[in-house]
Amino acid sequence: MAGQTTERDAAFVAAWLTASADAVRAEADRLTELDSAIGDADHGNNMRRGFTAVVAGLEKERQEATGGVLLLAGRTLVSTVGGASGPLFGTLLRRAGKALGEAERVTDAELKEALEAGVDAVAQLGGAALGDKTMLDALLPAVAELPDYAAAARAAEAGAKATIPLRAHKGRASYLGERSVGHEDPGAASAALLLGALFQVSR
Amino acid sequence: MTAGVVGVVLVSHSAEVAVSVAELARGLAGGGPLAPVEPAGGAPDGGLGTSAERIAEAAARADGGAGVAVLVDLGSAVLTVKALLAEGDTLPPGTRLVDAPLLEGAVAAVVTASTGADLDAVEAAAAEAWDYRKG
Repeated sequence: MAGQTTERDAAFVAAWLTASADAVRAEADRLTELDSAIGDADHGNNMRRGFTAVVAGLEKERQEATGGVLLLAGRTLVSTVGGASGPLFGTLLRRAGKALGEAERVTDAELKEALEAGVDAVAQLGGAALGDKTMLDALLPAVAELPDYAAAARAAEAGAKATIPLRAHKGRASYLGERSVGHEDPGAASAALLLGALFQVSR
Repeated sequence: MTAGVVGVVLVSHSAEVAVSVAELARGLAGGGPLAPVEPAGGAPDGGLGTSAERIAEAAARADGGAGVAVLVDLGSAVLTVKALLAEGDTLPPGTRLVDAPLLEGAVAAVVTASTGADLDAVEAAAAEAWDYRKG
């Protein structure tokens, strides 16, 4: 169904974020476990709090524009998460929302472009590159596969798993040096959940 | 932007650290009228972390029309302030993330701001703290 002519509306984007929230809630304990190995053991809780607030915000302030949904969600993540994943995932969604703007319907190609802009903004904000053991290791290969949502979800999952042998170069995990090797990056794992949710709602 | 005094916001993962560094900076700035110094520490739930809301509130309180210098500790504090600045409408106009060590930079920023210096001078003074060697 991921044809180039398929159009997506604000309800689709909202459904993606709701599915993401469900996935984050279901996997919150695993995310926190990953974060307790190389971080400060709050990632699952932070993401759950943030995405729960996103869903509540979207229910309260119904958005007609595709960009409006993402802007509201991004702003909510920045203000509710409380960890680095807030501004990072918030920037991903906000920048994508800015790219989509007031459009009520967008093509899959436009959504891909918007998410690419979001991923670029994340890289700029965090100063990370591919292979630094961050969420970018899941996001970059995933957006490259769009508009094939299934392939993007698979690429994100593979990218997250591929962070296991990497040494962290950003964030608190980088202080661990070699000891960060052997653990999956929690941010990459969360990014894979978001891409999995996108595939799920695209079918 | 020349009227008023530059405000200083101190962002730390810990509410106690932010409050204490603010106290220390005020104390070391000596007598005379002090620039506004507002701590913004801790996560939304009060634990260790960063609260965008507390940062925005602190910046609004510190804003006297001459700009606000925001000093941060690390990680999510840096990223949250950058993300808020990118949003463009959550922090007062003339708010700037100052690249400086939190404690030493806070002292330099508050001393300089309290002299009535402009935001550029406050930023430069805080950034100079990087050159302060201890060994």
